Amino acid sequence: MKTTLTVNGQLRHLDADPRTTLLDALRNHLNLTGSKKGCDHGQCGACTVIVNGRRINSCLSLACMHDSDEVVTIEGIGTPEHLSALQQAFVSHDGFQCGFCTPGQICSATAMLDEVEAGWPSHVSADVTAKQDLTVEEISERMSGNLCRCSAYPNIVDAIMDVAGSAKR
Amino acid sequence: MTLHLKMDDRDDRYRLDDMVQGLVGTPTDRPEGKLKVSGKASYAMDVLPDDVCHGVLVRATITHGKLRDLDTEAVRALPGIRTVITGKRMLRNPAQGMAGKAPVQGSDDIAYFGQPVALVVADTLEQARHGALALRLTLEAKGDAVVNPHDPDASVEMPKKEQVLIGDLDEAMKKAAFSVDQHYTTPGHSSAAMEPHASVAHWHGDSVTLRGSYQMLAYNKAELADALGISEKNVRILAPYVGGGFGAKLGISPEAVAAALASKELGVPVAVSMTRQQVFETTMRRSETNQRIRLAADENGLLTGIGHEALVSNLPGEDFSEPVTQATPFLYRGENREIVHKIARIHRTCAGSVRAPGEAVGLTVLEIAMDELAEKAGIDPVELRKKNIPDQDPTDQIPFSSHALAEALDEGARRFGWDKRNPKPRSTRDGEWFVGMGMASAVRVNMLIESKARVTLSADGRAMIETDMTDIGTGTYAILGQIAGEMLGLPMEDVETRLGDTEFPPASGSGGSFGAASNGTAVLLGCEEIRRQLCKKLNCEDADMTLKGGYAIVGNKRIALRDVLDGDTLVGEGHVQPGKAEKKVRQATYGSYFAEVGVNSVTGETRLRRMLGVFAAGRILNAKTARSQCLGGMTFGIGMALTEELIHDRRDGHMVNHDFAEYHLPVNADVPQIEVVLLEERDEWANPLQAKGIGELGICGAAGSIVNAIYNACGVRVRQLPATLDKVIDGLDEAT
Ligand code: FES
Ligand code: FES
Repeated sequence: MKTTLTVNGQLRHLDADPRTTLLDALRNHLNLTGSKKGCDHGQCGACTVIVNGRRINSCLSLACMHDSDEVVTIEGIGTPEHLSALQQAFVSHDGFQCGFCTPGQICSATAMLDEVEAGWPSHVSADVTAKQDLTVEEISERMSGNLCRCSAYPNIVDAIMDVAGSAKR
Repeated sequence: MTLHLKMDDRDDRYRLDDMVQGLVGTPTDRPEGKLKVSGKASYAMDVLPDDVCHGVLVRATITHGKLRDLDTEAVRALPGIRTVITGKRMLRNPAQGMAGKAPVQGSDDIAYFGQPVALVVADTLEQARHGALALRLTLEAKGDAVVNPHDPDASVEMPKKEQVLIGDLDEAMKKAAFSVDQHYTTPGHSSAAMEPHASVAHWHGDSVTLRGSYQMLAYNKAELADALGISEKNVRILAPYVGGGFGAKLGISPEAVAAALASKELGVPVAVSMTRQQVFETTMRRSETNQRIRLAADENGLLTGIGHEALVSNLPGEDFSEPVTQATPFLYRGENREIVHKIARIHRTCAGSVRAPGEAVGLTVLEIAMDELAEKAGIDPVELRKKNIPDQDPTDQIPFSSHALAEALDEGARRFGWDKRNPKPRSTRDGEWFVGMGMASAVRVNMLIESKARVTLSADGRAMIETDMTDIGTGTYAILGQIAGEMLGLPMEDVETRLGDTEFPPASGSGGSFGAASNGTAVLLGCEEIRRQLCKKLNCEDADMTLKGGYAIVGNKRIALRDVLDGDTLVGEGHVQPGKAEKKVRQATYGSYFAEVGVNSVTGETRLRRMLGVFAAGRILNAKTARSQCLGGMTFGIGMALTEELIHDRRDGHMVNHDFAEYHLPVNADVPQIEVVLLEERDEWANPLQAKGIGELGICGAAGSIVNAIYNACGVRVRQLPATLDKVIDGLDEAT
């Protein structure tokens, strides 16, 4: 099935089996293997990418549903030579161990910071209408869709804290 | 040239302390970190060849019996299907850690629900997945499969060497001023590494290359060769990055052998990744345990007797059994001891190593019992433990190599504000929450495993390390680079570490917390050999040569290494083997945990508020990655205490909660900003680095501190882990 997507700013054409998930399309057809498959069921967040500005589990949606959508993957966030501020903060704070959940964590956190900026409340927000302060509790809650079995959680929170509020992430 | 060391005695040369580069111990960033945060680190499924075919495993849906037939014709007729693999070489379950040979093979005999019996291979993943779903199996179930360890029909083994009887525990219990005699259970656990088990196999003539997600490549190579019936020479395994293992990837697994068989038949590379459900069902689980603890103490709280009985389970014919009582013989004093170890043979998913087999569950339970004893005796739990630290290993009657439990207990109590704890349960309230504190000791046995590494100092003054060691998140890339940089006087950027390729010298692999110390020693030895060659060139003694920042300093001369080498490349291999040292002394790592929880008085829900771990593991090689290892271990403990539990259907043993929606790992919101303190320690009996393992220490006993905190908070003693809210709320009324 023919699908056209913008991935990391580039127009990409895809002709894949309609059963192909967005995750498998990125990994197996577009050679963007940064996004990982930890469960294929929307339960771990390893496959998180940003579609039209919002974070989603790419294993839970079919590639052909994303015709003309704008997709950002970890490869579009930064490269080893030019890391984003958040990626660098993950390195400095050891916000990972095995690194398998990490691309998903970073895509998720990148979009999460935008959600906070846009004033979205979370389950732990005391006042759902007020502008949210990015506390440890808020970050932990908002990042709980991304499992990390190595459990870099405290370091992930520190890394996000480090860049939150600064203009560059 | 190879420098060989058999660890027969202490090594008190303290070579690292003679060095001046200043790398070892520092919180250096992981050198591969930039690749990991940008999605460029290549895990097993990340570099698929263009002509790759995809395979999906098919599982048996009976518990015990025979696979009589498969309707492969119908599946082969589907679009894209290339082949269906089944038969006598398929693995029943993964190899146990360090087996070095194939596990039970053959798809005809089914021993547990979920056993992989076939692989459907197609041009695309979508086609293979469809084919796997469509494949019809003719299965013949035997009606008598025993699936519960308590089933009276279960055959129960009591291996002689696992039982210990010293003195007379019954008598000690009778005479005791204070005693505890309780039963506890812990459920099965899954390693649940985030990267599923996956392999890509590719043949060239008679040789196969497998890119896989594995922890111990030298052993895996032998296991794969044996499973395929070929020579080890014809097997190469690559695993430069491994997305977590925690024991589940110690031994070669069914997907690897199936991928290799399919690739051989088709003449193209074949990639097989397990689904998450298959990872749960067909890779190792930690056995559930049923434990009985007896503690006898005199009027001062000094232990006179300890009894620890455990019933665990495994499939018929498997060697491994969860070594629940591993630390009980030497952790606390007591003249009278009884250790009982029983294994029930049942038809559930194979049991094997999951992070810290033994202490993870055994010590946790012992530490809950110690809390019960502290309360009965009216002694502070920290004091009770300190009082009972023995002077030497009370069972083997040998000295300890180093022992920092008392220091860890004191340091932890001081930092956590333990003196603020009210020993009376239910005495602190915060709105609708009962608040309480608990603590536990940490202990884990320490091991050294044979390991080799090659260090090359090339003419440009840069060093390269090569070994088939893996980095499963443990920090191998960082610490090996630090050790070589320290020994050769090079900054991190001038040392390249190449791992995860069986073409390199065979290492210990990652397991049992022994990787860093064992393989780090091999690297240290390789560097010593290079130093010897440098001394020869400089015509000096090692003691007179200082290496720093790429220069050699001898007397008042400072010469760039490049000039010393003068176009030469120096190679040093290191080879370490365990020896008599481990018999002469008891080696272990120690620590303490302190936890504060809130227990909701309405729902019974427990939320962990604060947690501290203090650990002593010899020399810390990298303060940053060591701390991360402890965070990881403690978080496994949080899961064990509160949420993690494999549930098996009582009728057919099948795993009911085989995914992340139903098997609850701790998520970010379940884990507070845990504090970790690493104590300064050296253990010269362990190895020439004076370092001990740290990957598992953080889980050993951790859950005990949380369960004890729940008791202090609300007065409910949970003895059946995990402490889910149904169990807590049941006790809340009684405790009022
Ligand atoms: S792979 Fe998509 S959520 Fe787990
Ligand atoms: S870093 Fe290993 S799962 Fe998160």
